[in-house]
Amino acid sequence: MLEAILNGLGGLVAGFQALALDWRSIIMLVIGGILLYLGIKKDCEPLLLVPIGFGCILVNVPLSDLMAKEGFLRVIYDAGVDTELFPLLIFIGIGAMTDFGPVLAQPSTFLLGAAGQFGIFLTLLMALFFGFTKLEAVSIGIIGACDGPTAIYVTSKYAPHLLGAVSVAAYSYMALVPVIQPPIMRAMTTQAERATVMKYKARPVSKTTKILFPLVITILGGLIAPKGLPLLGSLMLGNLMRESGVVSRLTKASENEIANVVTLFLGLCIGATMSGAAFLKPQTLIVLGLGFVAICLDTVCGILFAKGMRVLSGGKINPLIGAAGISAFPMAARVVQREGIKYNKKSYLLMHAMGANAGGQVGSVIAAAVMLSVLAGMGIIS
Amino acid sequence: MEMDNTTFGLTMLICGMGGTLLTLWIMSLVMTVLGRLFPEKAEPKKEG
Repeated sequence: MLEAILNGLGGLVAGFQALALDWRSIIMLVIGGILLYLGIKKDCEPLLLVPIGFGCILVNVPLSDLMAKEGFLRVIYDAGVDTELFPLLIFIGIGAMTDFGPVLAQPSTFLLGAAGQFGIFLTLLMALFFGFTKLEAVSIGIIGACDGPTAIYVTSKYAPHLLGAVSVAAYSYMALVPVIQPPIMRAMTTQAERATVMKYKARPVSKTTKILFPLVITILGGLIAPKGLPLLGSLMLGNLMRESGVVSRLTKASENEIANVVTLFLGLCIGATMSGAAFLKPQTLIVLGLGFVAICLDTVCGILFAKGMRVLSGGKINPLIGAAGISAFPMAARVVQREGIKYNKKSYLLMHAMGANAGGQVGSVIAAAVMLSVLAGMGIIS
Repeated sequence: MEMDNTTFGLTMLICGMGGTLLTLWIMSLVMTVLGRLFPEKAEPKKEG
């Protein structure tokens, strides 16, 4: 009888004993707490950091087996991340939320969205230098897309063991764009360049053009980079629903209910990949460091490209808008507007920057799609 | 024969970035053409 009671009580303290023996779980519980703090108190991407932080805590409570076979988080992970379904559903929502009008009004700003992807490929080179495998380097480089769902899509497919580090890096640095970009913008431009006033002539875009845009981009992008069609197609499906105006219920569901539910599950799953054994490795720190470098390089290359456009246009372009050619929409465009107005009260860069930013959104998906198709062409992926 | 990391990295840089720039440039041209083919028509003035 006494032995049975002691055994029963032993079951109640087994978790504490296991925790005391596993320092990595203790550290990960603290990291989960920090992510929750950043989301709740500092308002850094709370929609993601709160479920990620909580998922991290859940998976690091010893003996809970939430990520074991048939565990609660494993079931969600297998259903949505392993199948790549969650990032694609999020993309439908993003497409439904995004107005590509500014980039359609000024198609040349699309090129700034390409320049903002240089960081992906330069970081990939650096990751190879640090000894990561080819597919790990691809997954680390994709942090430079500054686009959470794209990073998750590529990493879950080709380096799932890095999913936690890559996702945390992608979302954390996206939230830190207003902190990371301004010093680089100031360092890369002169006072005169920053004060350049860009004229904006609102060019109306017809509804037909807005409807044809997602269709043409899907077909063209799919032909050039078929491996990335799931990403591009889901983004454009959302946008087609938005612009057609005839399926408002579906559009609203995509940008609200579906996106919200999937964001919750996706965040939990990312947190669930952050078990102490998988996350607390030197390579996680390198991934976080390279992710930071990727976003800095995106900004640097975007500004350099805009400087080139400034020369070609005879000084009409304010190179600050190059910093908006990343996927953090519309945050990067707002940062450009805020910086521009500091140096010239008459400078109104927002619409130009929105064009570059919308270009960056498509650019990041195209960069990932091109990357996957080049990998397939080289026979590295099937 | 397996490709070495340097060749792989540089190929990805050239083909990947080149492909991205080329694709977006083509898309910007297509969008320009679309804008010209289907311009926004001014709303006819309503007569009072």
